[in-house]
Amino acid sequence: MSETATQERGIRLRDVHKAFGERKVLCGMTFTVPKGTNYVLMGGSGTGKSVTLRHVIGILKPDRGSVQVDGIEVPELDRAGLMRLRTRMGYLFQAGALINWLTVADNVALPLRENQRAPRAEVRDRVMRVLELVGLADAAEQMPARISGGMKLRAGLARALVTEPEYVLYDEPNAGLDPITADQIHELIIRVRDELGVTGLIVTHSTRCATLCGDRIGVTESGRIVAEGTPEEMRRSTNELVRAFMSGGAD
Amino acid sequence: MSLLSAAGAMVRERVVGAGFVVSLLLHTARLTPRLPRRLRFFLDACHSAGVRALPVTLIVAMFAGMILALQTGIELRNYGQTGAIGTITALSMCREMGPFITAVVLAATVGSAMAAELGTMNVSDEVTALEVMSIDPADFLVLPRVAALTVMCPAVTVFSNLLGIAGGSLVAEFQLGISQTYYWNSVQDALSDTAHVLPKDVYVGLFKATVFGCLIAIISCACGLRAQGGAFGVGSAVQGAVRNSVIMIIVSGFIVTSLFYRGR
Repeated sequence: MSETATQERGIRLRDVHKAFGERKVLCGMTFTVPKGTNYVLMGGSGTGKSVTLRHVIGILKPDRGSVQVDGIEVPELDRAGLMRLRTRMGYLFQAGALINWLTVADNVALPLRENQRAPRAEVRDRVMRVLELVGLADAAEQMPARISGGMKLRAGLARALVTEPEYVLYDEPNAGLDPITADQIHELIIRVRDELGVTGLIVTHSTRCATLCGDRIGVTESGRIVAEGTPEEMRRSTNELVRAFMSGGAD
Repeated sequence: MSLLSAAGAMVRERVVGAGFVVSLLLHTARLTPRLPRRLRFFLDACHSAGVRALPVTLIVAMFAGMILALQTGIELRNYGQTGAIGTITALSMCREMGPFITAVVLAATVGSAMAAELGTMNVSDEVTALEVMSIDPADFLVLPRVAALTVMCPAVTVFSNLLGIAGGSLVAEFQLGISQTYYWNSVQDALSDTAHVLPKDVYVGLFKATVFGCLIAIISCACGLRAQGGAFGVGSAVQGAVRNSVIMIIVSGFIVTSLFYRGR
């Protein structure tokens, strides 16, 4: 693989702007997530973190700027191109976003049944394998309404991983969880990166999540990154906003 | 100026909403060949739309038939024409009342439930999750619901017609003094059509019900899919679904009637 191609692999945002009516949400969002690493977007509520994730997966289009995944310009993709891209990506929503009338196993099997038309036995095997990975094999036949918030998140993560994606986008993976359950999720995110080689883009308010899971951390304010570095660099930062976050106030 | 801009924003919102309903209808129609893949969801939706809504629809239809027979019968008695009550009740139920009552009840029960369900899914990111998994929400969520209500609305209408006419027979016998035999013979005469398998009054009514079912489902799904802003947004979506469905039932009812029946 050429050096240019290697550099292109990963997620790259360049000067991304997005406004909803009068409200500017992204104002020059720029960062790079190298392949095989976890990048954490951290910042206050309403600073455009979740909106950034939705640009990466092509649900939203920027008003201007570049959003690339493996060198592919996401906003320029047509419907078929987006579908192809999304089969290589997983997305963990804040509360799991499980379909409430399907069992946990059926939720996890959904992308396989809908897009890959895999044989029933293979679907079952893959679903159980990924449910075991997230520690939910015993809850396979439970309905989403009958399981806890942490279990929903883990089921959502299983659904994001079942297609063996190259990228997973995590939208506040520990929101509303107790510290023990949150740490289980953090551990899973790290395992997904280390054992499966998945590239992660994580949105969180939690310093613990950022420092445990992130290879690099970007702190957002007013729709753009105002500070960036490794967890260690961020701990030593003199930037007031970074210090406020890294002091753990958000936890 | 602010009043004008508010009015403009409201009109724009209505136009965008109507455009969304039309585009969703066309997109869902194109997906119809995929319905066999959605058989399980389709049958579930049929059960919700038909079987669960049947009791309330039948109660309403029966009492509507009774009211129709009583009000009409009182006037007919003044002209000594009470014998026509079976004919009038049968034609009114089959042509207009049966499909209309069924559609309004289904809009209020099934349509509102569809809007609430899809609205809740939308505000809790479940619809976005489908898109992220490359699953078309119109295919997965809308198609089975629209197909189910399009099939079940005329099916329930058949029972509404029967119960409405039966309700009329009770009033005819006990309040107007018309025998059951005479009433049902006049019903049979009114609905007989030797030229067609189904008499025109029945098949036009069932065609109307089919149109109503499709409209209720597509409007309700569209309102649900456009819901924003948590519980309040879901409430607004349900309100919009029922209101718009009832308006479209009336409007499309007139259009279908004027297509099949000429004033002169």
